[in-house]
Formats: sequence, structure tokens, C-alpha cells
Amino acid sequence: MLSRVAERIYWMARYVERAENTARIINVNTNLLLDLPKKVTLGWQPLIDITGIKKLYNEHYPEVNERNVVKFLIADTRNFGSLINSLNAARENGRTIRDVIPREGWEKVNDLYLYTKNQLPQALSRRNRYDFLGHIINSTQGITGLLAGTMTHNFGYDFLRIGRNLERADMTSRIIDVRSANLLPEESEDLPPYETIQWMSVLQSLSAYQNYRQQVQTRVQRGEVLKYLLQDIYFPRAFNHCIREVQGSLKNLPRHMGPIRQLNLIIRSVETTQFDNMSKKALHRYIDNLQLQLAKLHKAISTTYFSIQDEKPTKAKKKKSKVTKKSGGKAKPSASAVSHSAGSAN
Amino acid sequence: MAIKWKNYTTDGFYDELILASGRPRKSASAICKYIAALKDDELQNRKDASELAIRTMGITFTVYSEEEGGTIDRAWPFDIIPRIITNTEWDLIENGLKQRVQALNMFINDLYNKQQILKDNIVPRQLIDDSTNFRPQCMGIKPPYGVWAHICGSDLVRDQDGTVYVLEDNLRVPSGVSYMLENRAIMKRIFSELFEDYSIRPVDEYPSKLYDCLAAISPRKVNKPEIVVLTPGIYNSAYFEHSYLAQQMGAELVEGPDLRVGDDDCVYMRTVEGLSKVDVIYRRVDDLFLDPEAFNPDSILGVKGLMRAWKKGNVALANAPGAGVADDKVIYTYVPKIIKYYLDEDPILPNVPSYLCINKTERDYVLNNLDKLVVKPANESGGYGMLIGPKASAKEREQFANLIRRNPRNYMAQPLLALSTAPTLVDHSAEPRHLDLRPFILSSNETYVTTGGLTRVALRKGSTVVNSSQGGGSKDTWIVED
Repeated sequence: MLSRVAERIYWMARYVERAENTARIINVNTNLLLDLPKKVTLGWQPLIDITGIKKLYNEHYPEVNERNVVKFLIADTRNFGSLINSLNAARENGRTIRDVIPREGWEKVNDLYLYTKNQLPQALSRRNRYDFLGHIINSTQGITGLLAGTMTHNFGYDFLRIGRNLERADMTSRIIDVRSANLLPEESEDLPPYETIQWMSVLQSLSAYQNYRQQVQTRVQRGEVLKYLLQDIYFPRAFNHCIREVQGSLKNLPRHMGPIRQLNLIIRSVETTQFDNMSKKALHRYIDNLQLQLAKLHKAISTTYFSIQDEKPTKAKKKKSKVTKKSGGKAKPSASAVSHSAGSAN
Repeated sequence: MAIKWKNYTTDGFYDELILASGRPRKSASAICKYIAALKDDELQNRKDASELAIRTMGITFTVYSEEEGGTIDRAWPFDIIPRIITNTEWDLIENGLKQRVQALNMFINDLYNKQQILKDNIVPRQLIDDSTNFRPQCMGIKPPYGVWAHICGSDLVRDQDGTVYVLEDNLRVPSGVSYMLENRAIMKRIFSELFEDYSIRPVDEYPSKLYDCLAAISPRKVNKPEIVVLTPGIYNSAYFEHSYLAQQMGAELVEGPDLRVGDDDCVYMRTVEGLSKVDVIYRRVDDLFLDPEAFNPDSILGVKGLMRAWKKGNVALANAPGAGVADDKVIYTYVPKIIKYYLDEDPILPNVPSYLCINKTERDYVLNNLDKLVVKPANESGGYGMLIGPKASAKEREQFANLIRRNPRNYMAQPLLALSTAPTLVDHSAEPRHLDLRPFILSSNETYVTTGGLTRVALRKGSTVVNSSQGGGSKDTWIVED
């Protein structure tokens, strides 16, 4: 499989997943605000922090309020991580690999982009937002399911799963980080019932509430939720599960030593760390580091499979010369190769 | 109200299916009878089925549209009434094409090596010196079997008296063969009954013949050489075809940045398994964009060092760079002489009589008769930049006269042929529409001609412009028993 094709499949999957996650966090925040008393002013700042776009946001908007934040996250093309931009990037990556993925897969991605573009004006009002975001989540889940059921499960499919699960792991860790550090700064004694509600919202944004109740069976509390979302190996949006999915896919691929080594470091760290009584500060530091490790994993995958510019051909005899170094320099990306990582946006 | 052939008028043109008397030709009688027996709604069903098939099979070509913000895929119009040619006539055409392409390849090979034909003054050296498609970078290269144009698409037209002429040869990156294959697939779906009555020669072996043709020029003599199709990318108008042929051959569809030339001057593609050696490149990128090192330095479609690798014989390119020198429309007028020179045979297929503007007497004739002639620039394709004298305004003719005077080498003129027609479905009746035929000829260790080819039809009444970019459509082409 061509590196370019693999890379575009990977990014298409990441962007589709990113769109879904963006829809999820907006939806849950909207709901959460309805439950909280007026004097708890959590507001919308956390969503800006989760997506790592604080600086960019402040450049364009004078204040943090529902209208502005939702607009920035859904419709603003200046925000490279906005829903509309993610879907556009998914579509542009998908367009170039239309002959590799099943036709319906491309059509669904295309449809979703067009739907989103057409619905943008309505989506900004609180009344229509729930349906709009629900449609996004359903459609991206539909794309995942359709590809699972129709795409040949060869290398290409492995890259699809790697992209999706890396993005998912990334978002889960961001949500935990922001929700515990920023959104719940004062686990204040005078508002105990709301602590539970807030952790419930964390679970809900990951569709994890029901699963958590079944599996953990205790009341919703910080330590258990952290353990569940970071270490559980069964729940599909739990960090550990996502990383293990990446591991499974990588093992199908040739030359996976580099990425696997990096990945094993992450798994060992997540599985052996005690989260129960970790202080807010320590947790924040830990997740910061986890994100760094994820970025390293992406880099390892990218250099192994996508940009093998300067590697010596297996059968070539001579060593690298100046000439080939130059000729191996990356060509201008074509207009459609849309790939950047939000992981480095912190 | 079904189609009634006796109401069909051929208007003095040669019609491929219907005689002037309104009776179908013998070879077409079964299909004409079949179609006449269809009621309007049945005919419409067939038409709808063909359009559905085109959509579901994803048969498209890409056009650039300012309004819609970039390129869009369009389904290519398809007419369900096939064009029919008899075996006997086809055998003659096939031999004529083989002869022609063989001579053209010998000519190109000679131009880049000894240039004997120029020394013998058969073709004026000046024409080659002035040619925009002659590539000095290719001098001294001897590709396998002396073949430069591995894939050739020659356009044939039939005149009023039934004579088939070669209108032009496309030796660079001819396209359209995928539509030929898909047209047949559509016809099998919607007219399967007819295929039982007729013995129609199949066209499906083209992709495997193409594979064999390309495999034969692989520098490495291995069982399964690595063949790739090099495309400019998804915004190219023929991207559908590039992707289709790659799939059909089981070859990798690559873009320039997927390939690199190593220190060993071999070509490699970047795969998830590492760099993998490439033997044959079926390139659908124009010469000048192939290699920024040898040609256009700004090209990002090409592969740096590709010419070096090719010159060293480490990779095969089809078609070879520089092959376009022989599809220049001025060189075209010399093809009968070229055939005679290299093969010592008379051309089996005639050229359309042509006037070269570079020769003064012919130029004067052209300038005095612009209202009767079609004037073509030497190096354009797709029907662009030409003047159809009888249909042009006085002002357009005057503009062209100036162009010719300024650069006579760049123009040639031909009488406006009365192109043959074939019945084409318009609403619920059949009307004559002009058409041409593009067969494809493969050359390497052996020569292969497609059975039939792509029939292109001008869907606008009276129009003779068949190009897909300018309102053309296509038909299936049947080679049948006499």
C-alpha cells in the first residue's frame, strides 16, 4: 500500500473522529449547564481549553459566552479544529482515496460535510443544536460501521483504526484533563451534589455513563471515573482501550517495532499509575505528559509509514548522496493533502 | 409512437446504420428491427437504465467549472444505439492502423537516433527543429523494441462516400479507452437479449493486453514486474480512467510525490512496507511535467530524476517522452510518405487531404478559401484552437488569417469533411448525429488493436465536434459478422 494512501486514510479517520468528539463535548456541555444552579458559573471556557484553541479564540472573540464558543467550535473556518473544518478535511482526504475505500464510505463522508454546511445557521441556536449534533454523532458512527462492514480489512483498514483510536484516546485524555482541572476547581463542600453531576457529565460526553454504572457499580466519584476512563480495557472510548486497539492494528503492519515500542511505554504508564488519590495538579501534569507521548506515537507512525523520504532502498548499494537528499525533499503537498495535528496545539 | 426507420433521413450523409433509402444496412438490420419494436416507454426504460448504470458505475469525467467552485465530476452522455462495423471492414482498418503505428514508431526512433529520414529529405529538418514536441533530451535513446508510442489513439472519420480516413494520431497520453470498456458493460446490462442474436466481438481483453504490453518493456525480466499508473491527480479530467485502468490491471495508481529516484538511478515508490522498486510507469502526465530536473522545473506532478532513470534503462516509460513529435498535425501530413519510407508499403488507411500553411502555395490557397476549410493548430488537442471555416464569422476568419500569417508552421488546413452519422436517440425518436471513432493500438513486443474503439458522437444537431469537453457523447461500437 502506498504511503500517501495510508496517510490519507489515517487522517480521514482522525478528522471524522474529531468531528464526532467536538459534537459530543458541545452537546454535553449544553445539557450540563441546564442542570447546574446559576451561581456555579462554569460556562463555556472549558470547551475552549479542551480543544486547545484558547489563544486563537481570544484573537477573534472578545468574550467567552455560549454563542461565541459554539460558533467557534462548530462553524468558524478560522478555527482549524472546528466541526466544519474537520469534516472538510475528512472529505478532502477521502476524496483522494475514493478508489481505495468503498464508494459508500466516501459518499457518507461527503454527505455529512454537505449536511453540516447547509445546517450551520440553524445549528447555532440552542433549540436545534441537540438534533444537529446528534445527527453528526450518528453519521460518524455510521461511517465507522459502514467501513467496518464493507472495507477490505487489509493495511488500509489498520490505518483507519489507528487514526480513529489515536484521535479518540487524545480526546478522552483532554476531556479528563480539562474537566478535572478547570471545570471542577473547587470540589467545594457547599456543592456536593453537583460534583456528582459534573463527573456524570464527563461520563456522558463519552457515552460512558451507562457502561460505567454496569461495570463499576459504585456511585459516580472522581477516583473511580478516572480509573475507568483511563485504564479500562473494554470500554471503546477509554484511553487504555483505544491505545490497545492501536496496538492491535500496528501488529498487523510490517516494520512496526518503532511505533510499538513507543506505544508499550504508554500502556505501561497508564496501567501502573495510581489515579485514586492523585492530586489535581499531579493529574494535570500526568495527562500533559500523556499527550506528549501520544504526539510521539503519531510521529513514530508517521516516520515509519508516511514519510519514508530518506530511507535507503532495501536493495540499493550506494550510500546517500547530496543529490538524493535534495531529491528526497518533500514535494509541495497537493491541494488535497490536508493533514495537521491538533495534538500539538496546546 | 416508436421509432420508424422510414421517417429517418440521412440528409445526404453516409449513415453507419441506415441506407439513403431508409432501409437499415444488412449488418444493422437486427438491431434496427429490435429498436423499432420497442414502445416509447420501453425505449425510455432502456435510456434510464443506461443512465442509472453510468451513475452507479461511477463513470465520470472531470470538468472545470468556475461557478461551482472548482472541478466537478460529470457523467459522460451515452447513446444507447450502437455504432456497427462489419468484420471485413474492421480487419482492413486494423491492418491499416498496425501499419501506421509501426511506421510512426520507426519514425520517432529514427528522429531520436540517426535521423536518416531527415538526411534523405523526406521530412524537412526545419519541421523537427521548430516542433514544440521534439525533446532534444531524448536523443540517442533506444527504448525496447524501438517502440516509443506504446499506446496510440488514432481518430478515424468516414466521409460522404464511405471512405475511412485517419484524422489524427494521439501519441502522447490518449484517453477514452475506459469509456469504450464501460460502454460495452452498460450495453450488456440493458440490451442483453441483443447479444444473443448478434455475434459481437468482445472488447474486454484490453486491460490484460495493456498489462502484457507494459510488462514486455520491463527492464527487469521478472515474473511480475511492478507496473504503476502515474496520474496528475484527482483534478485531472481523465482521473476516472487512470484509476479504472490501474484497478483493471491490478497496478498501483501513483502520483508524482509517491515516487522517488534513488542514488542508484532506479525508481522507487513509497509504501507502508518501505521503498519498493518500480519497473514500468504508464504515465498519464504530459512530457513537460514528468521530471522537474529535465523539463519544467516548477512541476510538482512529476518525479525528479525520472529521465535519468529512464535513460539508464532502469525504468520503462509508456509512452516514452518525446513520442508526441509524431502527432504534430503538420507532421501528420507526412505520414503517408513516412509509411512508404520505412515499410515500403502504400498506406492502407488514407490521410485526410491537407494543406500545409508553411508552403507558400498551399498557404495562399488556405487563406483564399478559409470559408471552406478547417484550420488546425499543430499541437492542440481536445478540439481547442481550431477554426471551422464554413461555420465561422468573417471576423473569426480574419483573426485566423492573421494567426496563420504570423506563424505558418503552426497551422494546417483540411476540407470540411461531411462526417458520417448514426441514429442517435433524441427524445423518443432517432436522429442522425455526426461521429468519429478512436481505436487504441498497443505496441511493444507485439501489436494489438482494440476491437472497434470509442465512438464519439456530437450530440448537438449538425455539430461535428465530438470532444467530451465540448458537448460530445459516446456510443458502444460493435464489430459484427457481415
